[in-house]
Amino acid sequence: MTFGEIVHLVINEQNLFIFFSTVAILSALGVVLNLSNTVYAALSLVVSMLALAGLFVMLNAEFVGVLQVMIYAGAIVVLFLFVVMLLNLRGGEMAADRQPFLKLVGAGIVIAATVKLTSLLGAARSNPSGIQKDWMPVGPEFGSVRDIGLVLYTDYLLLFQVSGILLLAGIVAAVILAKQKVD
Amino acid sequence: MPDVWHYQMVAAVLFMIGIMGVLVRRNVIVMFMCIELMLNAANLSLIAFSRLWGNLDGQIFVFMVIIVAAVEVAVGLAIIIALVRNRDTVNIEESSLLKW
Repeated sequence: MTFGEIVHLVINEQNLFIFFSTVAILSALGVVLNLSNTVYAALSLVVSMLALAGLFVMLNAEFVGVLQVMIYAGAIVVLFLFVVMLLNLRGGEMAADRQPFLKLVGAGIVIAATVKLTSLLGAARSNPSGIQKDWMPVGPEFGSVRDIGLVLYTDYLLLFQVSGILLLAGIVAAVILAKQKVD
Repeated sequence: MPDVWHYQMVAAVLFMIGIMGVLVRRNVIVMFMCIELMLNAANLSLIAFSRLWGNLDGQIFVFMVIIVAAVEVAVGLAIIIALVRNRDTVNIEESSLLKW
């Protein structure tokens, strides 16, 4: 067996899906379960975002995958890290823990709901009269910048303009909120 | 070959992890990160269905969700900074003035 065949055997769609989804879920758990340092939680969030970007690229959404890396991993998490380091927060969240029992109950309910939800999705998958399972055939241009731009600047032009106004309002609100001096 | 329901299962699990973080953690910054996780799980679901039907509208929707998430993070972190200036804590239990 040549080296190329081994590479094709290891790096196929199924293995990539398993790898990316496992990394995304484990690092998302890292965000929630990390009790010691908020910086580690933010870095774990970056890993989760990057794994999700890989899943997006596997689903022919290259443009959205690049946006995910640029905006989420590049901008949003950096903003989180700036705030965490600016505020110079100490640990000790657990010291003021008032309702540990309620938290356990909440975590148990969420885990039970997750099990139920995944089993329901599995049932929907094996239901022959449900919606189709097979991917519709799409051309190689699907999800490219050109195709997205064609849809975004014609059908969704108003939405695009409104999102610009929303960003402006967000900038003004952030500056005003963070600038206030408190006496 | 993973089909659309496998992607939906991953999205559901990520969403539930986000809900668990908001319910269990009291650090307001970590709760905010978990909201981002939930938005990302919804994005994954939208993109999987967009690919299933071969329709680009779902990807446009994800584009808008990312924009709203960026604005939300800018405003939310500004609110957290103002909160920490007032209270000197990120524990949400300490900021319960409007709660009964």
